Amino acid sequence: MERTFIEEDWMSKPDALVYDNHPETLIDRPLHYCPGCHHGVAHKEIMHVVEELGIQSEVIGVAPVGCSVFAYHYMNVDMQEAAHGRACAVATGIKRVRPDKTVFTYQGDGDLAAIGTAETLHAVNRGENILIIFINNAIYGMTGGQMAPTTLEGMQTSTTPYGRNIKDIGYPLKMTDLVAHLPGAYYVTRQSVHTPNAVRKFKKALKKAFEYLKDERGTCFVEIVSNCPSGWKMTPVESVSYIEEKMLPEFPVGDLKTPEK
Amino acid sequence: MSLNEEIVIAGFGGQGVLSMGQTLAYAAMLDGKEVSWMPSYGPEMRGGTANCNVIVSDERISSPIVSTFDTAIVLNQPSLEKFETAVKPGGLLLYEASTIVNKPTREDIDVVEIGAAKEAQKLEKKQVANMVMLGAYLCKKPIVNVGLVMDALRKALPERHHKLLPINEQALERGKALANGGG
Amino acid sequence: MSEGNGKDVRLMKGNEAFAEAAIRAGMDAYFGYPITPQSEALEYLTREIPKRQGVVVQAESEVAAINMIYGAAGAGARVMTSSSSPGVSLMQEGISYIASAELPCLLVNINRGGPGLGTIQPSQGDYFQSTRGGGHGDYRTPVLAPATVQEMVDFVFEGFRIAEEYRTPTLILADGALGQMMERVELPPEGSLPHEIPSWATTGKTPDRESNVITSLFIEPEKMEKVNEKLQEKYRSMEKEITFEAENVEDADIVVVAYGLSSRISQKAMHMAREKGIRVGSFRPKTLYPFPYEALGKLAETAKSFLVVEMNAGQMVEDVKLAVNGKRPVGFKGRMGGMIPDPDEILAAIENIDN
Repeated sequence: MERTFIEEDWMSKPDALVYDNHPETLIDRPLHYCPGCHHGVAHKEIMHVVEELGIQSEVIGVAPVGCSVFAYHYMNVDMQEAAHGRACAVATGIKRVRPDKTVFTYQGDGDLAAIGTAETLHAVNRGENILIIFINNAIYGMTGGQMAPTTLEGMQTSTTPYGRNIKDIGYPLKMTDLVAHLPGAYYVTRQSVHTPNAVRKFKKALKKAFEYLKDERGTCFVEIVSNCPSGWKMTPVESVSYIEEKMLPEFPVGDLKTPEK
Repeated sequence: MSLNEEIVIAGFGGQGVLSMGQTLAYAAMLDGKEVSWMPSYGPEMRGGTANCNVIVSDERISSPIVSTFDTAIVLNQPSLEKFETAVKPGGLLLYEASTIVNKPTREDIDVVEIGAAKEAQKLEKKQVANMVMLGAYLCKKPIVNVGLVMDALRKALPERHHKLLPINEQALERGKALANGGG
Repeated sequence: MSEGNGKDVRLMKGNEAFAEAAIRAGMDAYFGYPITPQSEALEYLTREIPKRQGVVVQAESEVAAINMIYGAAGAGARVMTSSSSPGVSLMQEGISYIASAELPCLLVNINRGGPGLGTIQPSQGDYFQSTRGGGHGDYRTPVLAPATVQEMVDFVFEGFRIAEEYRTPTLILADGALGQMMERVELPPEGSLPHEIPSWATTGKTPDRESNVITSLFIEPEKMEKVNEKLQEKYRSMEKEITFEAENVEDADIVVVAYGLSSRISQKAMHMAREKGIRVGSFRPKTLYPFPYEALGKLAETAKSFLVVEMNAGQMVEDVKLAVNGKRPVGFKGRMGGMIPDPDEILAAIENIDN
């Protein structure tokens, strides 16, 4: 995996199996993601929810730096591409001047939990009325499989070739747990999309998150525990087992904070 | 002759040297003069020495930064040591009596000692010593009238402090009297 | 206060004056972070905006502030941030993105002495950073250099106009002294700079149009070069915005070139020199980018030499040399690290020139 950037050409050469259950809010073009990657599932469900809620015209999304840097090629809503880690600051700027709009960010673990830690925590701490979608696959996919803040102990990456040594480089950072402690957070949940059942639960949680934004009572935060077959050097099927056996014990799914009744 | 008065006001933070300069600049502006007020700023303001330069002129002010002054108004010893030599020959040096141990020595300038702190104590408001000094200055160099200084204070002070206007006016008048050899 | 002729005239600090001007210019939002010597701007706006109109947010860092600017500008709002040198360095990444994404915004740098944490005293050490882009990549930002508190106000209006007309981040480069000093200012009325939400802004995709995307990512080099060509074309078209102030240059043997605070000190030195019979003129660029190369080049035909005065180690002097193009000698007088030259030392430098 020496790939260091994404070539747009890929997208004009469809070779993936096209799955026709896609919402109108999703632009019909081949994904640039690797086979088996969960980004595509996450994108589709987010856009399903936008369509079901009928909020396409009021949604403004913020894309990160990472594999999903081109999220705006697929999500048919107004979007802004943020600098690496700054999506929550960008979303703050948008929401403050367009308070009647629904603003969300879509960020990976490197973007949100390493370089963007400050922007993320402070946006939540201010209780910005935005939705932060945090897709965590424990690795830097775009740059070729380096260690992420959420990389598991012992996990091999291109910058932890002997496995992540926590004595040397610290522990997997649990941003969602941190965020749940902040009074500015309104709804915090961790989900996954590695099985059809998990996808259904994720979609339900995501819909709630979008709906809770209307309360204007703080930040909604949805983590998606996901995979990276290429970076993990596994087949898609193996990566699903890895999520089940390794990722979920470290990042258990469920609501961490729900609105008080 | 057209007016171009370059003033330094210096003392400890908290003695009101910056606000004295602002009040003077504001009053002169109300009089239609060109003015600039340039403070020293930074950590030294927190209890250390503070000073400001005020320029009042009939002409457009080019440099707001000057190194010699027509007038120095000093309210502590370090400021006297710093600015006595910066007064232009024939210029004016006003100093607050109680804060100066080693008196100025220059003979080519007009040196005036004002017991502003003592006078402010008599008024039972030690914060108005700066206005006593300003009154004394305006007696020596009447570049604006006291009425305009009061207008400036009225505009610069928040409404809730307007009850302090009379005592400031008294302080200005006492300062004038002291500089006039009275008091 | 009013002078009785309907004018709104006040005695104001530079930092408060540009903040007030921004409100009057219809600024929708300000995002900033405290740093001496410009914190009065954020303090003023957090006090005034809740009573009037707009948004003000104290961000967690300059990095966050400039990215809030990116977001709000992308959503079509009229936005401003301000900082001082170390904080402006932190913003450079964001400014590069804003320039590439072609978003309008106004930036104010109240320059202090450096490098490093440096000093909080006034400096012009950020000239290169300001006029050469500042961050990564081939971009420039128009730079306005006020010399008075009144210009701190006027250039806010001018800055927003340029930013929006050219879709570019626009910088006001002042220094600590201009931020801290008080002068008489005449404030323009509120609402005198109209603003409409542009059609490219992210305001929510409606059925009648494609989705609007704000990005600075152009992976294919062919596309990226096109974007660069468009930017360069835009920068060339800004040349009509060049402004400067020339005084006593017609008969001048020596032309002193300076901007901002040092231009005022130089003007005083010019008057002192004239009194001594030395024919000195002064030239003050008001726009540092684009730079008045042509006007200065013309002066090289009549003046015998140039003296550049800056509060740095010699930065604008390179632009003056480019303008003069070897036709005349160009001298330099500078103070650094927060020191301000006084008129006497500039006069001495003038007297030292052997014509």
